[in-house]
Amino acid sequence: MLKVEEQTPVVFSSELLAKFDEIKSRYPEGKQKSALLPLLHLVQAEYLWVSTSAMDQVAEYLNIQSIEVYEVATFYTMYFLKPQGKYALEVCRTGPCCLVGAEKILSHLEEKLGVKEGEVTPDGLFSFRGVECLAACGFGPVLQISPEYTFYENLTTESVDKLIEDLTNKS
Amino acid sequence: MSRKLLLEHINVPGINTLEVYRQKGGYRAVEKALKTLTPEEIVEEVKKSGLRGRGGAGFPTGMKWSFLAKPEGVARYLVCNADESEPGTFKDRYLMTYIPHALIEGMIVSSFALGAKVSYIYVRGEMMPQIRILERAIAEAKAAGWLGKNILGTGYDLELYVQPGGGAYICGEETALLESLEGKRGNPRIKPPFPAIAGLYGCPTVVNNVESIAAVVPIINDGGDEYAKIGIGRSTGTKLISASGNLVKPGVYEIELGLPVEEFIYSDEYCGGIANGKRLKATVAGGSSVPVLPANLTLKLANGEPRLMSYESLSEGGFATGTMLGSGGFIAFDEDQCIVRNTWNFSRFYHHESCGQCSPCREGTGWMEKILHKIEHGHGTMDDVDLLWDVQRKIEGNTICPLGDAAAWPVASAIRHFRDEFEWHIKEPVKSQQQNYGIADYAKPIEKAPVTEEK
Repeated sequence: MLKVEEQTPVVFSSELLAKFDEIKSRYPEGKQKSALLPLLHLVQAEYLWVSTSAMDQVAEYLNIQSIEVYEVATFYTMYFLKPQGKYALEVCRTGPCCLVGAEKILSHLEEKLGVKEGEVTPDGLFSFRGVECLAACGFGPVLQISPEYTFYENLTTESVDKLIEDLTNKS
Repeated sequence: MSRKLLLEHINVPGINTLEVYRQKGGYRAVEKALKTLTPEEIVEEVKKSGLRGRGGAGFPTGMKWSFLAKPEGVARYLVCNADESEPGTFKDRYLMTYIPHALIEGMIVSSFALGAKVSYIYVRGEMMPQIRILERAIAEAKAAGWLGKNILGTGYDLELYVQPGGGAYICGEETALLESLEGKRGNPRIKPPFPAIAGLYGCPTVVNNVESIAAVVPIINDGGDEYAKIGIGRSTGTKLISASGNLVKPGVYEIELGLPVEEFIYSDEYCGGIANGKRLKATVAGGSSVPVLPANLTLKLANGEPRLMSYESLSEGGFATGTMLGSGGFIAFDEDQCIVRNTWNFSRFYHHESCGQCSPCREGTGWMEKILHKIEHGHGTMDDVDLLWDVQRKIEGNTICPLGDAAAWPVASAIRHFRDEFEWHIKEPVKSQQQNYGIADYAKPIEKAPVTEEK
């Protein structure tokens, strides 16, 4: 079962569709399905998650079946199939980062934000989750924040507190 | 100081721009290749260099190139594998962040050698900042005439695009990467046919790691023979090593292959020793997929000779006493780290990343994670260690792609070298939750084998 939370149908802006067109032009004639992963990233950057309605429209745009989009969106871990916080924090929890304290950062986030992994704070600002290796092992612990995927290295509980404060003040 | 070919100018301000990169001699290899060499001559230079794939498998790059089928009227593709996801490995991120033009220059030369008119750099989706850096660099290169139509007036056309992944370790496997690039789930393909015959869109394709492609630049500039003079034996050239874990100075280092492991860990030129004055307990020398070794076998071969950072020396002794260079992801564990916990962590990683296509991997990785979780949390029995051994053995070699092996090897090696620690977790369920097993005799120096008379 595809557990996607439904919402009112989305309408892609002409700016977004122009970006779609540019990406589609990168592949040979008839191979437009190659644009699927980049297009889903664009959708997610716009809406902060990927809804069924958005996936159906991407399918229509690429002239492929909806199921071809669903199977891709559910395979790759980066696509959010339900709404996230405005800042979705992803903390690396794989071996090398754990050697330098990633688990502490994850439990600290849970305490600081007052929500469990995968949940959104009541103000809608934050959600967090542990993810597998982000390829920055020498600078761990690390986290990234979607949709920009800005990167924060050598984390301490203090630097995480500061980050949360800065982001809260920015909003 | 050892010789630097890839990172020589890493600290030059503005080296990420075309202007500064050019000032430091950048794009000379493109001029030389397109104006004075034939594609066959470039392949020959790469063969002579002895360059081996830097992504992990270590297959000779020139040979891989020479397998590329060249049927008339069919497009050929070069795809750069920048899906760097192997735990412990972050050299490609580093290279793309700081010297993006080194990769682009390598892509142009390599694409010309292979006859590709369109090439893709498949970057893992999480590296959005690096994707933006590469796209900016490609635009710069294109504006300056290094990409696009009729490059340098030679009649050679090349378009280069960056493709983001979606967050899946498996897409680092070349056929899974091609599936993903075609807009599908990253399920590895059955080989043969190999990508050199039927790759992207069914066309002949070469897939190379970022570092391999960047290494083509110095090979063309200085010649394959010069490159082959660096290093030791069949491990030629320089290698980027990603150093992480409990080290004084973790980071990315370019080494000449053949550097003693001990020097790499302890000298101030490299990692500067173990952090906080602790002792080294174990290492994973080539990314999470390669066997873990106790400190003594990291520094010395079983016969007491020093172990070197090279493909051959690291695998000396097979899996009984050796490991692999892999992708060069060097993870160091200090005396306070728990091997059981780390093995469980890696198992969870492989379980999470298994594509689910082959049952031994899909089911086996889950079993290994569960058993290791049980042992780590003080609920294990002695039978569990044997069961774990049995499960890993049944995964290895029984899957379409190497992820199965990659999941099995860390578990097998942990049991092989650290069985006492597993058994201690089982015999001391309460104590093992409060303290670590410690360093035991894992760092006990290996005596040099006595010289025996030749008979």
